[in-house]
Amino acid sequence: MRHGKYRFIIGFLAIPLALYGVLVISPFVQDFQISLTDWTGLTPDKHYIGFDNYRKIIHNHLFWQSLWHNVLLLLIVPVVTLALGLFFAFMLNVGGRRKGSASVAGVRGSGAYKIIFFFPQVLSVAVIAILWQQIYNPDPEEGVLNVVLHGIGLGSQTQSWLGDPKLALACIMAVMVWANVGFYVVLFSAGMSSIPTEIYEASLLDGANRTTTFFRVTLPLLSDTVATGWVYMGIIAMDAFAYVQLMSVNNGGPNEKTDVVPLLLFKTAFRDNSQYGLAAAMGVAMLLVTLVFAVLTLRLSRRERIEF
Amino acid sequence: MGSEFNRRDAIKRAMAIGVVAIPSASLLSACATSSGGDKNKPVATGTKSASNPLGVKNGAPLEAFVFKGGFGDDYIKAAESAYNTTYGTTVKHTGTQAIGPKLQPRFANNTPPDFMDNSGADNLDTAALAKEGKLLDLTPLLDAPTIDDPAKKVRDVLIAGTVEQGQYGSQAMYALNYAFTVYGSWYSNKLFQAKGWTYPKTFDEMIALGAKAKAAGVALFTYPGKYPYYVHFDLFAQIGKVGGKDVLNAIDDLEDGAFQVDAVKQVVGYYEELAAKKYFLAGSEGKTHIQMQTDWTKGKAALVADGSWVENEAAPTMPKDFDLAVGPLVGGGDSDKLPYGTLYAAAGEPFIVAANGKNPAGGMELLRIMLAKKQTDNFTNTIKSLTCVAGSAEGLTLTPGLASASVALKAAGANVLNARIQDWYVKLNQETIGNLTAQLLTGQITAAKWIEGAQKASDATKKDSSVPKFKHL
Repeated sequence: MRHGKYRFIIGFLAIPLALYGVLVISPFVQDFQISLTDWTGLTPDKHYIGFDNYRKIIHNHLFWQSLWHNVLLLLIVPVVTLALGLFFAFMLNVGGRRKGSASVAGVRGSGAYKIIFFFPQVLSVAVIAILWQQIYNPDPEEGVLNVVLHGIGLGSQTQSWLGDPKLALACIMAVMVWANVGFYVVLFSAGMSSIPTEIYEASLLDGANRTTTFFRVTLPLLSDTVATGWVYMGIIAMDAFAYVQLMSVNNGGPNEKTDVVPLLLFKTAFRDNSQYGLAAAMGVAMLLVTLVFAVLTLRLSRRERIEF
Repeated sequence: MGSEFNRRDAIKRAMAIGVVAIPSASLLSACATSSGGDKNKPVATGTKSASNPLGVKNGAPLEAFVFKGGFGDDYIKAAESAYNTTYGTTVKHTGTQAIGPKLQPRFANNTPPDFMDNSGADNLDTAALAKEGKLLDLTPLLDAPTIDDPAKKVRDVLIAGTVEQGQYGSQAMYALNYAFTVYGSWYSNKLFQAKGWTYPKTFDEMIALGAKAKAAGVALFTYPGKYPYYVHFDLFAQIGKVGGKDVLNAIDDLEDGAFQVDAVKQVVGYYEELAAKKYFLAGSEGKTHIQMQTDWTKGKAALVADGSWVENEAAPTMPKDFDLAVGPLVGGGDSDKLPYGTLYAAAGEPFIVAANGKNPAGGMELLRIMLAKKQTDNFTNTIKSLTCVAGSAEGLTLTPGLASASVALKAAGANVLNARIQDWYVKLNQETIGNLTAQLLTGQITAAKWIEGAQKASDATKKDSSVPKFKHL
């Protein structure tokens, strides 16, 4: 078995690794190369200008502001999404009243809830963004959210949701949470259903309530799944391009208060005089930030595996 | 068993690589670097003759890449079929909404299509392409005889301003802007008559109308906060009306202190007052242009700053008896440098021909065909828009909005303004100054702050070496 191990591994991994190198790694190398040029992307000619593009980025307050928005997204969106996902999954699978012989059950109608929660997941990002743009429509008579607020007697709370610099980013975050939470409900549900019921029964006999059960039993046994979810939510938060581009007013507005680096990169490369080199440098900066995030996440989530 | 390959570690490593790889690999990798060299050798041209002044070679292939937006692409297909019959070939036609993303790699590879309608939100940066020498100078087309009357040159039948609109800081014309757009404040004649309003001539009259409209439960104006630069269709042209063309040209040329003049103060102050009096429809700051147009066709607001395409675009929600009309620019009154009736109008829908395409003569010839009476009539009748050919709408039955635009254009005579900042410095106009305008209209900043911010942004653009600069000739 041990004998031909490396040959075996190389045999199987060579082709995927080669593909990975060509399709994933080489674009990164090229990206770095382009970031050292003044390329416009329109012609084959480009000149090497050293680290000028990076100097430009460092002095561009818009870049830092956009990066800060990405960091905010990174800090808030995954936490809220995963917390809600865990809560809903727990309620759907374990949190219900016990009836009959079943010792572990979800709240009533949990099957239907699962479908409802998962629903946004089958819609494309574009559909979700356009849908919510209509919901956020600031018109007091047509915007769904404002009409609802008015209807329940909270007329004073109606807002110009996406047009208000203080609210716009939070509104977009809420949509990102809404769009993703269903997936994690289903993912965590799958994780929870693989936890043996004996463990729950034992904790029940010891007199544990729902909260204790959740924090002492469910969460520790799900930590691997949560860590995976964290990484994927992090990726979605670092991107956020489509949501911001489709929903925000004036492409990252109002007053650039919702701009994120991928959108800034897109605008720089395709709109703003076709500055491919500068956009590539932004891509490299983004890569560094994402690397830091990945390393931190993997460090913090390192723990002993619990076998069951 | 050896456990170097524990599943968890493998997944973690894969995840780590995935995290790094997924987010930003998307955009730039698609357009990887390419080798240089001209791969397209222009085909041998045909012999020039009276009927073939540009020397198109019979049977030579031609590739057209066309923006398929509000105008569709049927009108171009009609011109292509005329080309096919004349030159014994079949034009390879692609209609798309994503001109830029599809063609950028082809330009980078020096294998562009011959003929393009470079329009839409994802268009190619015409200014950058022109600067890089990738576009054909269309001067031979301008000097060629028209199809309808061989005694007239193409140059002579174009509406004034069309040639300039396609120039980027030199005499060469790189884009032929085929559609002619009249901008202004659009309104429903029916609503105005029903309420007994007349279209105002000055800022003061406009503000007085705002009070009347408010009393009648109608907002004076609405605008799309998602694209606040729509307001610039009025705002910049009004600066030109109040202060004269030189003031507007100084802004276009990014001159020092161009915004710090009285004309700008007067016009921007007027918008500050409109905002302070809350004459804009509530919620405008978060709307798309479609939502804006719908509110307006429903009668929630009296006026929108828009282009003549609004008649086609708002058609689905516009009542049959709306009686669409466009008003000329309002201004300060008799002290203005340009009289009442001054209009902002410009040629739009830029058609370009690649400099190193396979059949540049064919690309220009297709444009010449499009400028023929048969094709312009087809365009105006089906798209409800004017073309850049002077008088091409005469003899046609025009829709109300188009008729109104046509009358306004005739009345304006030579007093037609065109703010080039909107196509020369797109980011400056749409994003930076657009953001200021959005804040001005919600009352977050004063006119003085707007002027200060606009001047600062203009100065920054002037200093930015990566932005190609243009000047009025």
